Amino acid sequence: MMTIKSKTEGYPRYAPGTHVSGRDISNKNVTYSWWEPEVQYSWSLGPAYGRFLQELKKGKIIGRSCKKCERVIVPPRMFCEYCYRSTDEWIYLKDTGKVETFSISYLDPNARRIKEPILIGVISIDGASPMHGFMHYFNDMKPEDLKIGMKVKAVWKSEKERTGSITDIKYFKPMNEGDK
Amino acid sequence: MTKKVAVVGVGYTDFNSMTPEVSWKEFMYEACQKAYIDAGVDPREDIDSFITCSEDYWEGFSIFDEFVPDQIGAVLRPCCTVCGDGLYGLGNAYMQIKTGKMNIVAVEAHSKISDLLTFGDIGLFSYDPIFDRPVTGSVDRTHFAGIPSYEKNSPKPLVGKTNEKERIHPYFLAGLEMQNFLRKTGTTEEQCAKVVVKNKKNAFNNPNAEYEVNITIEDVMNSEYLFKPIKKLDISLNVDGAIAFVLASEEAVKKLDVEPIWLRGFGWSSETPWISTRSMDANYAMLASRMAYKMTDINNPRKEIDFAEVDDRFSYKELQHLEALGLAESGEAGKMLDSGDLDLNGSLPTNISGGSLGIGNCFEATGLQKALEVVIQLRGHGGKRQIEDVHTGISQSWRGIPSGSGAVAIFGR
Ligand SMILES: [Zn+2]
Repeated sequence: MMTIKSKTEGYPRYAPGTHVSGRDISNKNVTYSWWEPEVQYSWSLGPAYGRFLQELKKGKIIGRSCKKCERVIVPPRMFCEYCYRSTDEWIYLKDTGKVETFSISYLDPNARRIKEPILIGVISIDGASPMHGFMHYFNDMKPEDLKIGMKVKAVWKSEKERTGSITDIKYFKPMNEGDK
Repeated sequence: MTKKVAVVGVGYTDFNSMTPEVSWKEFMYEACQKAYIDAGVDPREDIDSFITCSEDYWEGFSIFDEFVPDQIGAVLRPCCTVCGDGLYGLGNAYMQIKTGKMNIVAVEAHSKISDLLTFGDIGLFSYDPIFDRPVTGSVDRTHFAGIPSYEKNSPKPLVGKTNEKERIHPYFLAGLEMQNFLRKTGTTEEQCAKVVVKNKKNAFNNPNAEYEVNITIEDVMNSEYLFKPIKKLDISLNVDGAIAFVLASEEAVKKLDVEPIWLRGFGWSSETPWISTRSMDANYAMLASRMAYKMTDINNPRKEIDFAEVDDRFSYKELQHLEALGLAESGEAGKMLDSGDLDLNGSLPTNISGGSLGIGNCFEATGLQKALEVVIQLRGHGGKRQIEDVHTGISQSWRGIPSGSGAVAIFGR
């Protein structure tokens, strides 16, 4: 009977084994079947997201209000998910906000290390209800300077470059005293 | 434990080939809001559980169920997705209510298929990757895409040459099945063409249908072969649309001001996926119906069922399904069609809604479209297409190409 030595004896409690490497697959040391679909979608935006992205193209952030729960919702929706009723009015918001949470990310989707870490996080937008905003990049700062609660401001692409996308905002930067 | 479960509310959007004016969320909201108003319930207070029916690949989202609570009123409530046709959702709602844990359950299914640009390729994605997909168009590719790896020196993805023939559209499988059906039953291509003529004509009386048109058997017969023996007009065309149902226990029904339509029987069944091994005789529908008949105490379906809404996404499917359900003997469905039995005033009115050929293929909402028509008819709300004196109706759906799965639901007043 095989005995596995305990961790205290200097071995891991499980056998690590040998992983199949990418090279093993490309050299056909293991068998596989391959398929690559063509996958393309173009989602209709509808009135809420459509208006939101059109306003981004103009360099503005817009939300919707629900009079029943008194929320200002961004990104806007045509119905309130809490009250289950249609939302009421369009409201322009500021392009500044507060960092709710963030992460400093070092890996690409294939789990390879990227050179410059990507700073990503959630921003609550000023003028919307608390915890209403979106996810975006941070830049113009050192990773160690990024803090929860920090005030930030959008850095926009030039009018020519904007296409009506969430990335019409390039990133959020630390808010300086002079920023509005 | 509640003895009976009823449909107490239905809501639906119009069915259109394109819906660029709304997102899928607003669309689902419309159907659900209408169903909740119909039932007189507040989803935020009265509904105990929510079920949506969808396939991630149609939607373009992984874990699509995460994206549904907002628009169906289910935020922070029990909510789940059935990865399949809407009738499976109804069956799941039925079972949830039968547990006694839930009194009122909502079910939603939709198609926003116009968002998908590569429909045929996604269709092929449902075929077996080792034996079937390669035969639908050569993929003699030598490349390797790389696996997620933490190895420092793992090789970069190699993208090799694709030595590609033209691929076949996934609907070819219906051609295989129809060929088999015609040979086994002696049904003719003309009889299948007549299904198209009937259903597209029926659709004139359904204001929500998209593909109503007056055509002749010759028009269908003269349309080009796409997957012989299937011709262009034998195939239902895609539509967008959303449908929602509210189901309630017998006890909950008493507190609502509605005329209940009872979900009396339900069944479902799946064939083996091996295309070479399975029957191609819609055995899934046969077995699903037997399960539902047993539950409903139906011994002679031909006598006890007043009308049928069956899956007709390809013309021959209507006849094949009627035979599988035991509503016609093998080889008899085409003859019933010829003698007018399947018409509005016939002995077994079938797809009076217009069916998928007249309304359009609503994908995972197809089963709910069939069930919706049964509920409308039993409520007596059919308007111009109301069938006289109906008490029991059957709805049946198939999960579409290339599946061998389907469900049946039987409703009564
Ligand atoms: Zn609200």
